[in-house]
Parts: sequence; C-alpha cells; structure tokens
Amino acid sequence: MGLNNAYIQQRLTDKFPDQVTGFEEPFGLLGFSAPAVMNLKIIQFLYEDEGLKFRFLTDLTAVHYPGKQDAELAVVYLLHNLVDNIRIRFKVYTGIGKPDIFTATKIFAAANWMERETYDFFGINFVGHPNLVRILNVDEMDYFPMRKQYPLEDQGRTDKDDEMFGRS
Amino acid sequence: MEEHHIRLKQDSLQKETTTLNLGPTHPATHGVFQNVLEMDGERIVGATSTIGYIHRAFEKLSERRPYYQITPITDRLNYCSSPINNIGWHLTMEKLLGLKVPRRVDYMRVIIMELARISDHLICNSVVGVDSGAYTGFLYVMQYRELIYEIYEEICGSRLTTNIGRIGGFERNFNDKVFSKLDRFQKEYPGVQQEFENLFTHNRIFMDRTIGVGAISAERALNYSFTGPNLRAAGVDYDVRVAEPYCAYGELDFQIPVGKTGDCYDRFLVRNEEIWQSLSMIRQAREKMEKEPPEVFHADAPAYYLAPKEDVYTKMEALIYHFKIVMGEIDAPAGEVYHCVEGANGELGYYLISDGGRTPYRLHFRRPCFIYYQAYPELIHGALLSDAVICMSSLNLIAGEMDA
Repeated sequence: MGLNNAYIQQRLTDKFPDQVTGFEEPFGLLGFSAPAVMNLKIIQFLYEDEGLKFRFLTDLTAVHYPGKQDAELAVVYLLHNLVDNIRIRFKVYTGIGKPDIFTATKIFAAANWMERETYDFFGINFVGHPNLVRILNVDEMDYFPMRKQYPLEDQGRTDKDDEMFGRS
Repeated sequence: MEEHHIRLKQDSLQKETTTLNLGPTHPATHGVFQNVLEMDGERIVGATSTIGYIHRAFEKLSERRPYYQITPITDRLNYCSSPINNIGWHLTMEKLLGLKVPRRVDYMRVIIMELARISDHLICNSVVGVDSGAYTGFLYVMQYRELIYEIYEEICGSRLTTNIGRIGGFERNFNDKVFSKLDRFQKEYPGVQQEFENLFTHNRIFMDRTIGVGAISAERALNYSFTGPNLRAAGVDYDVRVAEPYCAYGELDFQIPVGKTGDCYDRFLVRNEEIWQSLSMIRQAREKMEKEPPEVFHADAPAYYLAPKEDVYTKMEALIYHFKIVMGEIDAPAGEVYHCVEGANGELGYYLISDGGRTPYRLHFRRPCFIYYQAYPELIHGALLSDAVICMSSLNLIAGEMDA
C-alpha cells in the first residue's frame, strides 16, 4: 500500500517532464494525457516500474471531440494496479486526418479485441496490431460510426420539432 | 495369421486439416457467435472467433438518449443478470450527480444484485452440466431461477430485461409477496443447490470432462484482463465488491472463493461457492434492512426520480418534473466518471463522459465477456471438440454483452 495519486503524478512528471500533462482527479480517479507518439513508452513505464506496476488493462476505448483541432480523437486507457488497488486514466490525442497510435497488444493480450473495437467504431489505426479488422460491424462498412459526424437520427425530421421543447 | 500393414513412403501423404464451423447458430454456442475451428483429426489446432451478429449500437444509441432511458439498454447486455447492469448504471449516475441514497436502498440493491448473481451462476453451471451430458441438474435449478424472476416481477413488472430500479432507488417498495417469495427462496434453495452439487462436484464423469479442460494460468488470465469468476478460478482474488465496495458490500461479511488451476472444473466450483456466499449476503442484507425505516425505498431526487403517478396528477411540482424527466429535459452536470460493479461474469464498467447536456457525450461499457472471450482460441488449443464446447459454456459467454 501507500501508492497514491500524488506519488504517481510525481513519478510521471519526473520521468516524462513536459510530455505528461493535463493531470486531473475527477471522482478520485487520476487522469492525464500525453502526445500520441508517447503512448507505448508511458504504458511500458507504468507496467514495468517497480513502484507503479499498472499491469491490468481494464478498458481501452476512444472519444471523438470534433472541436479540438488536430486532436479530434482521444484514445483512453484505463489501467489498474491490482496489488495497491488504484486506477488511472490515460488519454492520448491524435488528429482525425492520420489517426495513428501504437498498439498495446505487445504488453496486454487483452488489448487485441479492445483495439479492434476502437478501430471499428472510431477508425484509430493501431500501428503494429496483428489483425486490425472490424469486429462488431460488417466488413463492408466504409465509415466509422461512433464519430460525431454521424448523427443517430435524421436531423431533418419535422415530426419531432425540437423548438417545441426549448431546444434549437 | 500374419498381419499385413500398408506401408507408405515418408511424406507420400499430404496432411490436411479440416475446417469446422461451430456456430453462428449451433446448439452448443448458447448465443449467436461463430468459431471457425481448424481440426487436425479430433484435435483443435486453431480457432477464429467471429462476433457481432447481434450488435445493436448501444453506445451510439446512448448518445441520443436521456439518462433514464439508458437503463433498458443495459438490460440487454448480460441478460442473464440484468438487475446488476441496471443498478450499476444507476450507481454510475449517482456518482456523477453526487446523489446519496438511503441505507435501506443499498440493502435492497444488494438483495436484488445477489439474486441476479445466483440466477446467472446457476444457469451457467447447470449449462456446463448440460454440455457434458447431464441434463438433470439444469432442470432442478431452473425452477428456482423462475422464483427469482417472480421476485423481480413483483418489483418491476418484468422478468428477463428487468429495467429494475431508478436513479436514486427503486420504483416500488418490496411488498409482502416479495418478502414471502424471498423467504421461500432462502428456505428451499440451499437444499436444491446442495443436491445440484451432490450430482456434479464429485461425479467421476463430470470431473473427467472438466478437470484440466480450458485451463489458464493466473499470469495469462491477468494479461487477458479476465475478471470475475474466470479470473478467481485461476487463483487471483480480485473482486470489485471487495476492492471498491459499493452499496452495502463494505459492511457485509463474505468471502471470495478462489481456484487454483483456472480450468472448467475450478470455474464451476468457484461459481458454486459464490452462490453460497450470495445466499449469506442476502440473509445479512435482510437482517440489516429490518433496522431501517420500512417506507423508504428511494432517495429524494425529484429531478431524476419519477414521482408517483397520483402526485403527477395532483401536484404541480411533480407534474413539472415528470414532464421534464420523460421528455429528457434534465441536464446532468458535466464530468467524467468510471464506475464498475462486480457483474455475474466479471467487472462491468461504465465509462461516462457528460458535457452537461441531456444525454451522455460518450458512454462506453466495459463488457467483461467481450474482453475475456478473445482468450478462447488459446484456451482450447490442442483440445478435443467436445472440450471446446464445455470450455465455451464454462466461460459464461453472453452474446448480448459481447456484441453490445
């Protein structure tokens, strides 16, 4: 025990000064971000460092922020240190024009399908992934449905007039 | 008489493997997913899983739905234990809203979630029996799943896709029928579970079919992000109910069973023991519940909890909130939350990003069986086809959860 958010933040800023940024603690979960090219180095460090030992990949997914210029897509890693029972959330941002991210499959076998799902829905190109093909959607699909430019409903529908409810 | 053998020259025969489709609609898959197996005789040398046949775009749907309308979506993830999914979602929302629920609600939730866990485990374990040729156990326990469903029915009106509870508590208080059915379940089920275990646990045929089948080491299981009974069967005592207690788990006295070998037999044993632990938790939660005021079954959160219908018709405030909730006009605070609960087959997580609007900006479900099913080819490599079938059912794969 004894591992806490402040210590993790200190270790990361010592090891990767200027690169690991955006520390926050919403609801007690330490979150931070880094440049896209650094993702593997940081995950490797978190995995191997004797004081940190984040060796369990809880979740891997992506978020689309259309407003962020050249950082439209965020890949989110949720890592867990099961010994000290502490979680962290790690985000890397990449532009939507060339969404290349190094794969984490070499470190976590579980990342295989998680990355395929993320590719399937967001079009993140995981460089070095052994089998980066769609997993839940049909192979013939030629777009990435979770991106925000694909609204769920036809916005031109007139039978559901949003103005009636104070929305524009 | 002298025996004659045909002697072939070295390398004169070309060896071929057979491709075998197990699924998408195969009685042994218990759901719609496909495994393309490469067979060398009867041995499996390779497997490719194809999933996504019942993908229903839950994450996309969630981005357009007001918060309370997401609960029915969670029903359809692991539909063998929907109440855990529903309550996990309510807990996530309560974390985002900073809503504190009365103590009695916590106990009620524990009772419902542990009933759901029992119903999930009993179906998984009895189906392992079915797949190894023992149908009887399945029929013994099934009538008690029925009883559990009747308890859900008294509270929420439905059985399989329950949509049970609300943000802040339950839609209805437990009535007398709930308590009498719970009494009956607590009284009768231990005997049935014992009988079920007597049939299987030391049954020579069952042991031969499951011991050493589909085994995984603790290291590989962790690397594959296994959670739930599958991880515990490999010897890792990770359980969200202990690691990050939610509801009333922090004050209950229970144990986390772990296995050693991570094979189908250990998974079976771990689930059976968890059923006993769940029964004990239900008993404890009921005892503690009796000390709480019996009329309390939800938090006071008018902006999120639908008012009783008679109030909606007679009181102005209730009518306004009713309209706002039903039309999805309630904005949730902005924030980023990860909340997880111990689902029946592993850590069920909700990664929610709210931008302060009426719907989630992004909602991701961490679906345990989607994550651990990718280990399946490794688990069955070199095994026989009939082992692959048992291994699949003992992993507790639920297509609805896998495909979201």
